[in-house]
Amino acid sequence: MSASDTGGGNARAAILGSVRKALGRGPLAGAAREALESGLNDPAPNLIPARAQLPHAAQVDLFVAMAEEVKASVARVGSDAGVPAVVADYLAQHNLPTDIVMAPDAALDAYPWAARPLLRLRRGKAEETDAVSITGALLGIAETGTLLLTSAAERPTTLNFLPATHIVVLRAEQIVGAYEEGWALLRRQGSPPGDGGFMPRTVNLITGPSRTADIEQRMQLGAHGPRQLHIVIVGGEEG
Amino acid sequence: MEPISHAFKDNARRGLADPNLQRALARLKTGFQERRTIAAARLPEFEALRSQAKEIKDRTLANLDFYLERFEAKVRETGGEVHWCQTPAEAREAILRICRAAQAKSVTKGKSMVAEEIALNPFLEANGIEPVETDLGEYIIQLADEYPSHIIVPALHKTAEQISELFLDRHRQYGNTQRLEEVRELVDEARRIIRPRYVAADVGITGANFLIAETGSTAIVTNEGNGDLTQILPKVHIVIATLEKVVPTLDDAATLMRLLARSATGQELSTYTTFSTGPRRADDLDGPESFHVVLLDNGRSKMLGSEFQDVLRCIKCGACMNHCPVYGAVGGHAYGWVYPGPLGAVLTPFLVGIEEAGHLPNASTFCGRCEAVCPVRIPLLKMMRYWREREFEAGLGAPALRRGLALWAWLAKRPALYRPLTALAIALLGALAPRRGALAHLPLATGWTRDRDLPAPEGGTFQARWRARQGRGARTAA
Amino acid sequence: MPEKRFRVGMFVTCLVDLFRPSVGFAAVKLLEDAGCAVAVPRAQTCCGQPAYNAGARADARAIARQVIAAFEGFDYVVAPSGSCAGMIKLHYPALCADEPALAARARALSEKTFELVSFLTDVLGRSTVAARYDGRATYHDGCSGLRELEIKAQPRTLLSSVEGLTLEELPGAEVCCGFGGTFCVKYPDISTRMVADKTAEIAATGADTVLAGDLGCLLNIAGRLSREGRAVRVRHVAEVLAGMTETPAIGEPRRGRRG
Repeated sequence: MSASDTGGGNARAAILGSVRKALGRGPLAGAAREALESGLNDPAPNLIPARAQLPHAAQVDLFVAMAEEVKASVARVGSDAGVPAVVADYLAQHNLPTDIVMAPDAALDAYPWAARPLLRLRRGKAEETDAVSITGALLGIAETGTLLLTSAAERPTTLNFLPATHIVVLRAEQIVGAYEEGWALLRRQGSPPGDGGFMPRTVNLITGPSRTADIEQRMQLGAHGPRQLHIVIVGGEEG
Repeated sequence: MEPISHAFKDNARRGLADPNLQRALARLKTGFQERRTIAAARLPEFEALRSQAKEIKDRTLANLDFYLERFEAKVRETGGEVHWCQTPAEAREAILRICRAAQAKSVTKGKSMVAEEIALNPFLEANGIEPVETDLGEYIIQLADEYPSHIIVPALHKTAEQISELFLDRHRQYGNTQRLEEVRELVDEARRIIRPRYVAADVGITGANFLIAETGSTAIVTNEGNGDLTQILPKVHIVIATLEKVVPTLDDAATLMRLLARSATGQELSTYTTFSTGPRRADDLDGPESFHVVLLDNGRSKMLGSEFQDVLRCIKCGACMNHCPVYGAVGGHAYGWVYPGPLGAVLTPFLVGIEEAGHLPNASTFCGRCEAVCPVRIPLLKMMRYWREREFEAGLGAPALRRGLALWAWLAKRPALYRPLTALAIALLGALAPRRGALAHLPLATGWTRDRDLPAPEGGTFQARWRARQGRGARTAA
Repeated sequence: MPEKRFRVGMFVTCLVDLFRPSVGFAAVKLLEDAGCAVAVPRAQTCCGQPAYNAGARADARAIARQVIAAFEGFDYVVAPSGSCAGMIKLHYPALCADEPALAARARALSEKTFELVSFLTDVLGRSTVAARYDGRATYHDGCSGLRELEIKAQPRTLLSSVEGLTLEELPGAEVCCGFGGTFCVKYPDISTRMVADKTAEIAATGADTVLAGDLGCLLNIAGRLSREGRAVRVRHVAEVLAGMTETPAIGEPRRGRRG
């Protein structure tokens, strides 16, 4: 045991002792403990706002409206085949470079990137010099126009923060109402082998591009993270 | 930092006289207050969520030991470490040990009020480790060698012009010699200068908005994305958090998330809510190689079961200070320590002592706006009153006011004496202003009359006039 | 429909008793017009709030005991002040909690204690008054009435029935005026800033009269308006609702005695 573990051990006992003294009891045991255990092992959602419980088509519309409200841009495309063109158009319209770092995520292989040879794609994590990234997302959450992204070998988190432009491609079916549907999906997916739980190292809820209002409360986009967040929704009724 | 809360009156006077600060504070109204009102109105479930959030926090606090142990177990299972610390000194040492083990020369920091509470930056500097604040507001005040004047907008008190001046002075070392006029340019320059620091840092330190017992995750909420770059680029991620940040499940965190940004800035949700669970996995391409949670008590376990237990529900949204007319008049620095506004008025006396911070719970009109907007319904006024009672019992407070109140209370308990004496006093007061409606100066009441007149009493007391009228009525009837 | 003649004990409040008896008479008129029998117990001085807020709990409780004894025999207790009514209604039960017998009496008193305007509207169901006031008025919401007793629409409803009166909404009406009992003498600099913000907002409405339901706020606002030389009349809302505005406004020179 290292010195820090020893010190921590004493402090740990002292803190837990102090908490229990304040609560006027010893460590929880028996039925009381089991009730709390089961609350953690089988968690239930609390109140979910009505706006997060709309029919799916309305949920997609709400997602788009909320995302645009927080200054993300949204493009809708009917088919997988159309995705590379939508991305290329976006980059051209905004005069952005076509060197792109893309998540090495098999989900993104469905789109025929080779059809747009001008898009120069590198697969991997982001470096400081990367200007544009493309990733997928686990879900879109309609209630606030939020993207839920999870880290994994094929989904490096740096892609979500280092480049000034972040493009996210997701399918309309991936749009759900509430944050809690994201937790439920993560729990269903379960733990990868050797992992201590179902949560990946990083779960990012992203609602619009980076911003700050730290100077005179005047909002500026692109504080440290992306200045542009472009969301491409594939499928669904529109597009 | 050493508290200067005892000098509240002088601090406040300085704040009132500072035109830049006053302009900044005026923006609270059009900014945070109006936006919170709109955001709350847009979510019909907002009030029900507040009640549920309070219930979640109360339930968690009642079982705090269980949830902390469970949180720790999950952090371990996912490959992280929890460092329990009773005091700020222990927390600083724990952080230093981790930094030393990583041979750290510089650390990047996301915004953390707990780091302010334990005065981490000067300690790291004294130990040869350079802390780099990455939240723009924190970065600005670090450059200026100041401390935050607001818990979510640390540099609220500074104007763009002052920041421009500061950048010109401190960024010269990076070869920047241009005076920047626009806020946009200031943000861009800070981005440019801080970016390489993330990459160079050996350790990233963030705070936590929530600790999730279910999963051993820590969660932070930011708008800039600095907290994310701080934790995914260096080799080591340290999270510093106090005990009461733990919540049972991700679902409970979701409920609190729905309240936090709406209450704080009026956003529906902050731009980034990030859940961090352990170090990077074996085949991950990025993320920290080790993950540490420094879990600090610093008095929280003693608040539990005390008159101050309810303040442990606080989710640090800043709504109480955004809506406080006293904070809005004097600014955060007047409070003289880490936590300003109504939250500080309750917390600071507990953390630094009522002798130092006695003014804070007194400098309130008890207008109740803070309680009206608190997302977790903390009875802030009740707790401020409790401090006033402790102070009164200890014989602290202004002696003249104490004597005056004691005399008045003595009289108020004796109606038969009160009536003639107050009638006499009010007649004398009226005699001072026989022709005017108001008195411009009144000895012994200069606190009142220095900047406002005292309306003259109308004449006679109600009690006397009512008895006279009843008497006439009785005679008429007879 | 014949109205039941409730027996109402009026809690005058110390400030009305000493500074503005007209408000008391206006309150009596409004209550009597609404069919109540009004009595004014002699054994009242103050609600004890200054002691309570100064941390002098024992003094506050002694005063509360006195108020409870003086008023518990009435059907209702009514005060022309949100602050004092809030003290009796919300804080007495907590203040007396350590003494079960007294706490029970405090709770019983709490149940039947009301601020004047909300009593007229919420309890007696009044939505109009028979009064006339020629002017443009604005209304400041006192903090205790607004946030402890949820009094917001009630005075506006009754004022809208006053002939000749137009009501200009006051921006920031819900923000404290800076009175705060002893706060204004303990922290005069801060109090001054708050009341100066308030008077600036009042002046900007263009109203010729400012009304409120608490004399503490009104003395503070009137004192500042007077110092600033602004010609805005300051009155308690009860005066206007009762049509009793012969008395000079608060802080206004007494008529007929001018040099």
